[in-house]
Amino acid sequence: MGATVTTANNDEKTWGGGGDIQPLGASYGKMMMWFFIVSDALTFSGFLAAYGFSRFKFIETWPLADEVFTHFPFMHGVSAPMYYVALMTFILIFSSVTMVLAVDAGHQLKKTKVAVYMFLTIIGGFIFVGSQAWEWKNFIKGEYGAVETAGGSLLQFVDASGKRVALADFAVKLPEQREALTRSHSTWFVEDAETQPTFTVAEVQAGFKAHPELLIRTEQLTAKKKKTVLTRAESESRLGTAKYVVEGANLTRNEYGSKLFADFFFFITGFHGFHVFSGVIINIIIFFNVLLGTYEKRRSYEMVEKVGLYWHFVDLVWVFVFTVFYLV
Amino acid sequence: MSHEHVSNTKRIWLVFGYLSVITTVEVILGIIKPESLEFTHFIGLNLLNWIFYILTLVKAYFIVWAFMHMEGEKSSLRWSVVSPVIFLVLYLLFILLTEGHYIYGVFKDSTIKWNF
Repeated sequence: MGATVTTANNDEKTWGGGGDIQPLGASYGKMMMWFFIVSDALTFSGFLAAYGFSRFKFIETWPLADEVFTHFPFMHGVSAPMYYVALMTFILIFSSVTMVLAVDAGHQLKKTKVAVYMFLTIIGGFIFVGSQAWEWKNFIKGEYGAVETAGGSLLQFVDASGKRVALADFAVKLPEQREALTRSHSTWFVEDAETQPTFTVAEVQAGFKAHPELLIRTEQLTAKKKKTVLTRAESESRLGTAKYVVEGANLTRNEYGSKLFADFFFFITGFHGFHVFSGVIINIIIFFNVLLGTYEKRRSYEMVEKVGLYWHFVDLVWVFVFTVFYLV
Repeated sequence: MSHEHVSNTKRIWLVFGYLSVITTVEVILGIIKPESLEFTHFIGLNLLNWIFYILTLVKAYFIVWAFMHMEGEKSSLRWSVVSPVIFLVLYLLFILLTEGHYIYGVFKDSTIKWNF
């Protein structure tokens, strides 16, 4: 294909059919990058629209983001909603800025400048991916724990003032303990479907009985967008229907509320994180090409521009994920 | 391409400034959640969410137009990239959100118990 052949004579921007012919005024590679971005944008839109669908379906019981994402590095026990994800957003926007500066330097054929800005972009990308991993770690580990009823709804524990209470703070240790059956302790392929939680349902129920100040909070949102807190009598009867102890999050259930919430969180931020990661890899490849002088020989840094488009797109998606998952 | 390849550094930093300010405003609003905005509804959404979505679109505009340099492309390319996305996304959102809202009503009003 004439369009993809690259020689030292800068045929990079040429379509098959002659040097002056450029549909839509763009080179072959750049246009293909734009249309790849269109299709990827529609993929992400599909995911986010599906998230909106499920959220509308369970609008009265959806978890509150402010109560889920409350961690900040080196600040244990401090509830800091939004701050960390805001920091991540700034990191990604800034890495977009260094990327566009690299493209700008490429237009002026300044090799060292392009390399430096590409390098900064790569660093920003790594910090972002690392931050996302940390966010996932906190999400998976959970903080307070909860129980799930036989009917599938989630019950959390609060004290009289409405503050969340962790299971470990009140559950009692009962003597009849069961260990999770792992393959190393069983005949061949027999093992528990899930690992055992720290406490059993009976231990949580006994602990609840021993602490009369505790109340149960349901998933139901009130008119003021707060979770409903039951009375002590209601709490006791609801807890009687408990079936599972839920700690942290996985794809089956999570301690924050609606099961779909964690599924969408993992899937959408995971898919975005995968894009960031592949963007970093592509940036590294182009960075080495810049160092080797490949584009200097071509007298054109259009390749930097093309990976730049992809990188900005990743930033663009994050802007929407940020709004949909953390703000709204 | 006959792009004028002058340095745009100044504009880049300016756009970075806009994006930072918008993000900061979003985060502050997200933390405070002013009641007057959160509990005032306007066409199916509360005002706070309207603000978030509009600011998000403004940010998206700046990223695509300035950083991805859409403003320097021919209008034919601009339209062929942007219009399918906008049209299909609006269509998809309309269908899925309407359906989601309908199912919410079914769960709420019917005799079937979902989560209990």
